Amino acid sequence: MFSSVALLGFGQQGWGDQLLLATLMTLAVSVAAFLAGIGFGILGAWAKLSRAGWAHVAADTYTTVMRGIPDLLVIYLFYFGGSGAVSTLAHLLGAQGFYGINPFMVGTLAVGIVSGAYQTEVLRGAYLAIPTGELEAARAVGMGRMLMLRRITGPRLLHYALPGLGNMWQQVLKESALISVTGLVELMRQVHIGAGSSGQPFVFYLAGFTLYLVLTTASGGFLRLAEAHSARGQRRA
Amino acid sequence: MTEIDFLADTMRRLLVGVPLTIALAVVSVACGMALAIALAVLRAGSRIAEPLVRAYVFVLRGTPLLLQIFMIYYGLGQFSWVRNSIAWDLLRQPWWCAILALSLNTAAYGSEIVRGGLNSVPSGAVEAARVAGMTALTRYRRIVLPIAMRQALPAYGNEMVIMVKSTSLASIITLMEVTGIAYAIISETYRAIEVFLCAGTIYLVLNFLLTRGIGALERRLNPQLGQAAH
Repeated sequence: MFSSVALLGFGQQGWGDQLLLATLMTLAVSVAAFLAGIGFGILGAWAKLSRAGWAHVAADTYTTVMRGIPDLLVIYLFYFGGSGAVSTLAHLLGAQGFYGINPFMVGTLAVGIVSGAYQTEVLRGAYLAIPTGELEAARAVGMGRMLMLRRITGPRLLHYALPGLGNMWQQVLKESALISVTGLVELMRQVHIGAGSSGQPFVFYLAGFTLYLVLTTASGGFLRLAEAHSARGQRRA
Repeated sequence: MTEIDFLADTMRRLLVGVPLTIALAVVSVACGMALAIALAVLRAGSRIAEPLVRAYVFVLRGTPLLLQIFMIYYGLGQFSWVRNSIAWDLLRQPWWCAILALSLNTAAYGSEIVRGGLNSVPSGAVEAARVAGMTALTRYRRIVLPIAMRQALPAYGNEMVIMVKSTSLASIITLMEVTGIAYAIISETYRAIEVFLCAGTIYLVLNFLLTRGIGALERRLNPQLGQAAH
């Protein structure tokens, strides 16, 4: 028992520093992927709500495909496909061999695109939940589009979407472990490396469980606060 | 090799992995559902079990599936008493580790879905069953579970689709299902887009058939809903 404490502790002998750094990396790549997902989600929801037929078809295809295919496959597509594109470019310029692209970018994009498909539905549902009377009232008092977005549509949308977006964040946090296959040293990867080189895999994976639970629990508490904040001044059912 | 030949060849190689993908999904969804129902019933019926089930759900839903798979496949082997036990025969095989991890994982999500179904059972139905003199077991078998599962089916269908996708993680512990084969072909040929198209199509078809099947089952279990459409 004492040896595993030393193993996971800080300092020369321990893996504490690396694990902490890797946890921060997981947090960073998750935030980046989640923000990318919101971007894709806004585009998708906007396309699904628009009257243009082609936008509708494109958004439907996007959400159906991304929600029906394993995330791991999407990560492989971006990792190898992206590297393939870069390598082809390098060969055209006279270089040789295989060029990898930044795993952080690959992970962010791949997890973001998958998450965006789910966020499309969350944001679309939230927009449709806004009472039309409020939008009409805003128009009737002469608000412009931007003012309406800032004062009425934005806050209302955020309020309705927050629980769904919270679920998406938790999902992105767990999905980010898959990015470890690209070699990015985030928590999953670091724990796996530690498990392999120390000969005490159970101890390291247990540390991984604990750190992921800290991340999901802490962000769960934060999300509850955010929901309470966005609910202020709104009538309860 | 032309483009079409490559796609056809890739598709042929990927299809070999389909039975393994389906087997992983079917076995783990079946085991997971049995465990999910047991957990949900325990949580509703026993005050001692309630916090334990909650802790189980908390841990399994709060950590990545990949970590759970690694814990079972690599982590448990650290202890000699595990390696010397009868269970080691199963735990050293990637197939059983994948099945165990996938089942335990889906049981946690599934038990929450079943819990929602159990909560939706009208108390009048349970009271009537009690008045008719049914024992707890008969009550669950004849009244509570059929109503609860019918209620839970749409959400459980989503969980099954997620499970089909989750079987892809088994490729990381050497099982050559569709994603594993796709990875092998990509690292041979570096033609990621073509392979992705083929493998993606396979998963989309599988999930399409699955959602269709669940929809048909839903209509069968709720005949009153089908009539409005005619």
